[in-house]
Amino acid sequence: MSKHHITTVINGDPVEFLCLANQSLLDVLRNDLNMTGTKEGCGTGDCGSCSVTLDGRLVCSCLVLGVEAQGKSIQTIEGMANGEQLHVLQRKFLEHAALQCGICTPGFLIAARSLLERNPDPTEEEVRFWLAGNLCRCTGYNKIIEAVLDAARELRGA
Amino acid sequence: MLTNTKNTEHVFKSVGTSPVRPDGVPKVTGIAQYGADYSLPGMLWAKILRSPHAHARIRSINTAKAEALPGVKAVLTSADLPALPFDYVGPERVAVNYWHMTRNILAREKALYEGHAIAAVAATTAAIAAEALTLIEVDYEILPHVIDVDEAMHPDAPLLYEDMITRGIEPAPSKPSNISKRLEFKIGDIDAGFASADEVVELSFKTAPVHQGYIEPHSCLARYGADGQCELWSSSQGHFVVRAYTAKLLGMEIGNLVVHPAEIGGGFGGKTVVYVEPVAVALSRKTGHPVKIMMSREDVFKATGPTSGSSMTVKVGVKKDGTIVAADGLFKFQGGAFPGSPVMNAAMCAFAPYIIPNVRTVGFDVVSNRPKSAAYRAPGSPISAFAVESVLDVLAQKIGMDPLKMRLKNAVKAGSPTVWGPKHSHDGYAETIQALLDHPEYNKPLGKNQGRGVASGFWFNGGGESAASIHINEDGTVVLATGSMDVGGSRASMALMAAETLGVPYASVRSTVADTASIGYNHVTGGSRVTFATGLAVVEACNNIIEELRLRASIMWDVDVTGVVWEDGYAKPADISVGDFEPLSLKAIAAKRAVTGGPIVTEAAVNAGGQAPGFSTQFCDVEVDPETGAVKILRFVAAQDVGRAIHPKYCEGQIQGGVVQGIGWALNEEYIYDKQGRLANAGFLDYRIPVASDLPMIEAIMVEVPNPNHPFGVKGVGEANIVPPMAAVANAIQRATGKRLTELPMSPPRVLAAIDAG
Amino acid sequence: MIEMRFEQPKTAEAASALLAGTQGLAKVLSGGTDLMVHMRNGNVKPELVLDVKGIAEMNTIAVEDGGYRFGAAVSCMQLLENKAFAETWPGVIDGANLVGSIQVRGRATVAGNLCNASPAADTVPAMIAAGAIARVVGPKGRREVPVEEIPAGPGKTTLEKGELIVSFFLPKRAPRSGDAYLRFTPRTEMDIAVVGVGLCLTLDANDVCTAARVSLGAVAERALLVPEAAAALIGTKVDEAALANLAAAASAAARPIDDKRGTKVFRIKLAGVLARRAAEKALSRAKGN
Repeated sequence: MSKHHITTVINGDPVEFLCLANQSLLDVLRNDLNMTGTKEGCGTGDCGSCSVTLDGRLVCSCLVLGVEAQGKSIQTIEGMANGEQLHVLQRKFLEHAALQCGICTPGFLIAARSLLERNPDPTEEEVRFWLAGNLCRCTGYNKIIEAVLDAARELRGA
Repeated sequence: MLTNTKNTEHVFKSVGTSPVRPDGVPKVTGIAQYGADYSLPGMLWAKILRSPHAHARIRSINTAKAEALPGVKAVLTSADLPALPFDYVGPERVAVNYWHMTRNILAREKALYEGHAIAAVAATTAAIAAEALTLIEVDYEILPHVIDVDEAMHPDAPLLYEDMITRGIEPAPSKPSNISKRLEFKIGDIDAGFASADEVVELSFKTAPVHQGYIEPHSCLARYGADGQCELWSSSQGHFVVRAYTAKLLGMEIGNLVVHPAEIGGGFGGKTVVYVEPVAVALSRKTGHPVKIMMSREDVFKATGPTSGSSMTVKVGVKKDGTIVAADGLFKFQGGAFPGSPVMNAAMCAFAPYIIPNVRTVGFDVVSNRPKSAAYRAPGSPISAFAVESVLDVLAQKIGMDPLKMRLKNAVKAGSPTVWGPKHSHDGYAETIQALLDHPEYNKPLGKNQGRGVASGFWFNGGGESAASIHINEDGTVVLATGSMDVGGSRASMALMAAETLGVPYASVRSTVADTASIGYNHVTGGSRVTFATGLAVVEACNNIIEELRLRASIMWDVDVTGVVWEDGYAKPADISVGDFEPLSLKAIAAKRAVTGGPIVTEAAVNAGGQAPGFSTQFCDVEVDPETGAVKILRFVAAQDVGRAIHPKYCEGQIQGGVVQGIGWALNEEYIYDKQGRLANAGFLDYRIPVASDLPMIEAIMVEVPNPNHPFGVKGVGEANIVPPMAAVANAIQRATGKRLTELPMSPPRVLAAIDAG
Repeated sequence: MIEMRFEQPKTAEAASALLAGTQGLAKVLSGGTDLMVHMRNGNVKPELVLDVKGIAEMNTIAVEDGGYRFGAAVSCMQLLENKAFAETWPGVIDGANLVGSIQVRGRATVAGNLCNASPAADTVPAMIAAGAIARVVGPKGRREVPVEEIPAGPGKTTLEKGELIVSFFLPKRAPRSGDAYLRFTPRTEMDIAVVGVGLCLTLDANDVCTAARVSLGAVAERALLVPEAAAALIGTKVDEAALANLAAAASAAARPIDDKRGTKVFRIKLAGVLARRAAEKALSRAKGN
């Protein structure tokens, strides 16, 4: 099978890769680029663990073809912190114990950041509905919601 | 929201705080490696061929075409694994039979459920492995199948095992059936008990199988060397158990297999067994290359270990004043294609919170053509509690008694009897009920179409084998290692207990999970045992190290060791008569280790007993849409006796997480089979676990009645919280609609049908 | 193994020619949120996947003749974020806001939702109720098709080989009109509709309903346009009696199956319940509340 040569930007860095036409972006990230921070929970867009942003748009990378990354800008969990400085959401997730096993956490962080970029003062209900596409089985969502609301508060105050 | 009821005068410095966990930053930055995140050069990808039929004899498997496909390096069938004898091994409640286990890993005579593993392929790419599966020719003789427990118990049901004679019946039945075992517990005289009752209620219940629903599919990477040494990276709830099972299934010596604990993306009991590990190791052995397997989400639903579906009848008798005088429970559980449903747990836990002089519980373990059940958070107890706690609610209404007060009246405490023999050793249940009675929202009136339901639950909790090691580094920082997989923050709890015992700051303790070659045996992270049992090993190791540190200080001061005390992280002279010495920190003692005896290390191991059970009492407010049957959870309050919350936020998280799993189990989760016995909802779209917008904040109340058998009073917290929610929700729906639902899940069509039935 | 080709045509005519000229299976990729799942499940093994997101006329949302035209590659999120469109057609937005999750809506398109032809598609009933017209490009040129004529049955459309949808036109809104889409799902989000109702109505100065369109989803092999249900509202003030008639007509028109998402009985009952509730919501919007 002949592969497509794709040029893209991931977390601000230029990246090139080869992929088959039918490979998902998730597959490319994890298995060709070794960026395993983005997780596969279902492969069908039902769990949100594979969330990334594509040109600033929150998407499931299992529902995007690798070839569609051509010329686009992708943000994954690996780019969320700034060196040793964690993003406020990452900090709040840790402080609020918003992760137990942590497998859903990268997806939630990417999704929550996308929310706060659009809506810096969400209500609890707005947070819950925005994050409905991210499944968590460990926490019952409580501390995730608290962490996001607290992060929003800090970002507004800062 | 958190409300603590403290029963202690102790003031701790570390225990009881909620610092950031050691694996926190790796997990929020995507660095932490789970089972599917490992790779090795030259790695092959493996895929597993699964039966499309619910029940079929396997006449032959022809792998020639698959083997010939370019890129395929090996094909595996059960012929590649050793035969293992038929024998139930270990304590009855958790017995294992390797004859069954090897057949679940790769089928032999029959495919016993849709999704049953038949063969496996390792190839240079995942796509080639997937294509190779289509080239494996299996000749199936399709057989009639049976899924439902009542149907499987029917004398004319299709048999999974033509030689299965029910154990536990005297005399043994002459004909085979799908009933693997009958068990019974009894105390007192239930006939006399019921005769003395003022009110008796008997109801029957049905529950559908549900899955643990962890977000991470099973995954592993195996590298088998030409010298017979194998390394395995696997996400599991117990890498020592993975090592033991995998070695047994492959006929390997345990010492030749090292299992590295990958981070785990949820288990809830479902990852205390193996599926892909033996396959990956066997393929690596056959190919001489590392082999990686990741289960698909569909395969997780079809071919891992959802818990039992059940059919139950529960009868309880009470006096007018609420005293429970007799109880009788019949629990029929289908455990899937191999024996081992958690019906024994269910039969023991069902009435365990209550002092009842006359009790009988009977359980049936039944096989059926669906995947073999594995543990799911307090396995068995949530199912029998659904029935018992519902019947108690009906009785409370009949006698006009508040359901919490009725439970309080009959609540067990230390010394109370159990149906299985030994007396209860711990208090704590009554305190969870009291916490809700004292709750400001408990008596708040509700509106139209709203109702409040109450339920309690019990879980044994576990003890067992754990080991912990401590090394004092050259700069006085501490490395703490255990062999307990961390599913929910236990590395932090271990570090907190170590910091408290040693008297040093939490930040100076590095808490890790060691692989099977680097620490002594640790049993699974399950049974709510880790903070208790591994905590005991940690504390013992700390105490050993303190002895060693005192000895080193005594050498440094040239005094007798009896003259040295350890206080707040320092070696100090016991009194002024020993000498005028400045206190020695860990750093100071470590600096002199070379001349005082060398590296400062210790390892401690326990086979912990003395664990206390988990009790939880919960209330739930719902609103039911009378035109659609939709149930909205308005409020959920769960009280649990945790003994002592080592890390309160993680403790709370366990309660909140278990409750939400229970809500999903109550309202929407179920395995839906088609007429061919195939799973119709093998994905998160139609297997409906709760999403964030379905729920309010779950309020967890941690009641602390310390366990005297643990230095910090710990009681296991992980499981008891999932036992009450289904009944709490059912009772709330009943109060909101006047309709009693006895079948799980209580999905909108069922609720609407009950409302419309008039 | 079929080697899948991936093309990104620059015009709709080029896309049509590629579709028409492919021997084997050729699929249009707009959002991909259905196609990717079908490919993963092995239901669909396309020889050619055509990404249409690079075609200019498929990416616009614009006012046209007082109405709106939006392209087939416009995502649900883009529609939601277009304030003017969202204020004009809140019912269409109700539907677009319920497709999957935020992640899915970031990619999914109304065109894809329509052409995937699930009877339960969330954007279809409101589009039918709105009277939307699909602009189709094919080997024989362009044609305009009412959206209710596109789905033929589960997974099937009436489009010919080589045809694809380019854009949708929603007519100019009559004054005192309101639309709404409601669905029933077991969870609050993430589910496929068990029943869906799209409803659009227009009132005169006396609050009498002068026009209505009612569409039911997930209760037949495709979304239905139900004139009898609309007739129950036209000429009335959408009072209790009219709503009861509406509900009865909706239930009567429903011809659902039992499946893993809902039973016949449940769906028939809910068609009536949701029709009433959708009418109440549309009424409130028409009155400007």
